[in-house]
Amino acid sequence: MTRLPDRTDRSLGLVIDLDTCVGCHACVISCKEWNTGGYGAPLADADAWGAEPSGAFLNRIHSFEVTPDDAAAMTVHVPKSCLHCDDAPCVTVCPTGASYKRVEDGIVLVDEKACIGCGLCAWACPYGAREMDPVAQVMKKCTLCIDRIYNDNIPEEDRVPSCVRTCPAGARHFGDLSDPGSDVSKLVAERGGIDLMPEQGTKPVNKYLPPRPRRAAGEEPVALADLCESEPTGFFAWLDRALEKL
Amino acid sequence: MHPATSIIVFTVASGAGFGLMAALGLSGPLPVAMVWTGYGIAFVLAVAGLLSSTLHLGHPERAWRAFSQWRSSWLSREGVMSIVTLALAAAHALALLTGHAAAVWLGPVSAVCALLTVFTTAMIYTQIKAVDRWHTRLTPACFLLFSMASGAILAATLRAVFLPQGAAAWPLLAAILTFAAWMVRQRAWARGDGTGPRSTPETATGLGGLGKVRLFESPHTGPNYLLREMGFVVARRHAAKLRLIALALGAVVPLLATLLASGGALPAFMLALGSLSLLAGLLIERWLFFAEARHAVMAWYDRTIT
Repeated sequence: MTRLPDRTDRSLGLVIDLDTCVGCHACVISCKEWNTGGYGAPLADADAWGAEPSGAFLNRIHSFEVTPDDAAAMTVHVPKSCLHCDDAPCVTVCPTGASYKRVEDGIVLVDEKACIGCGLCAWACPYGAREMDPVAQVMKKCTLCIDRIYNDNIPEEDRVPSCVRTCPAGARHFGDLSDPGSDVSKLVAERGGIDLMPEQGTKPVNKYLPPRPRRAAGEEPVALADLCESEPTGFFAWLDRALEKL
Repeated sequence: MHPATSIIVFTVASGAGFGLMAALGLSGPLPVAMVWTGYGIAFVLAVAGLLSSTLHLGHPERAWRAFSQWRSSWLSREGVMSIVTLALAAAHALALLTGHAAAVWLGPVSAVCALLTVFTTAMIYTQIKAVDRWHTRLTPACFLLFSMASGAILAATLRAVFLPQGAAAWPLLAAILTFAAWMVRQRAWARGDGTGPRSTPETATGLGGLGKVRLFESPHTGPNYLLREMGFVVARRHAAKLRLIALALGAVVPLLATLLASGGALPAFMLALGSLSLLAGLLIERWLFFAEARHAVMAWYDRTIT
């Protein structure tokens, strides 16, 4: 059913911290690995060991250079995957009902058995979150690892999306963004979480935490060397004073 | 956007086919030979277009599922309307051939449905907010006017062959519709050229408040599905020349041909030439429709946009 639900019981999603992401691409690899062996058709590659490999990925890291007017340029790594939008344009365009947004948790999914591979949903998504599988010829997208988060057969700490479990910097957080008391909602409120491409009117569930302010132009860096010369106490303080008097 | 040959051929051919169905539906009683030829051409154009669009699917064997989501999806609505129109047009043709009285109302109803089908095709593109050049009322206006112009000039050609006397109104109608279509196309081009992209690296990353944002490192080293589908830039370099060629083939030649035909100079030949030239011009127009359209996802990839 490609009509969007009026409301969802929960809004599961990701909160991604652009201040701490180091751009290591570990989440890309773990996502690829999990989704090649998990739910649905394998996340395939074409010509994987050949001269021109090309494959479907559900998560990509773009690195940007941001140049403020009054400060030095900085590098910001922006991980991008499906934002599980409340007003998801990819869902309503689907002619077959293969694309849908779940009422119970707000996850946007593709029923691969009903997908005709027309590609219109990928056109409708301004984020480029959907990619056609080069082998199965059906549309692939982030499932928020539905085969992990509800999976009783794996340890509880693993019941989060693969990308979140993998991130070595702790830059990725998973939770219910419709619950103001959830950890992710508190994080968004505290750090001023933002929507990507708000002008597209998609109302994304996933939120991004902007980088914390950096040093202004002309401001000296923190002199760490000063920390090495601490004020002496006890015997060394007496020695210090005695030597001073000589 | 990548200009896929199958979609370009589909939109031009089915637009002309449904346009001709609309023209035949509004033509009143017609000689048997013209019904066969006219509806024959209309069906070949419309069905060939639909088939070519089906073949580009990843799973053509599941295409029947596309009729199910007409409540929300313009692509589904297009599928439903195509079948409804083909059935009504076939019924109208049959009524004309058998002299059945139902032809009087089947014709106009089939004509309205034919134009509605073209409208649903246009809305598939118009609804996509991520493509600035498409997301405008000018898109369905262009598709409908080009479809009606193609239909009118094809109908005028058929009339010049099968009903040679007193057919001056149709070449004139074709000329007016062709002129109007290109005027609207000009406006759509000017609109697209005049506005910068709504989505930029600044809005894509949400970092615009901090400063100027520029792609520093791509997420992957080779092309991917997104870049192959939406990253087309080659034709944009030749856009100005291609627009002139499209105008020459699609506007100047058909307009001259219809005027000469109205004046009585070899009407059947002139109108046939004008029809073919219009369709050739429309193939270039449709190529540009895709090739010039910039998708918002390029804000994540393009280092050159401002």
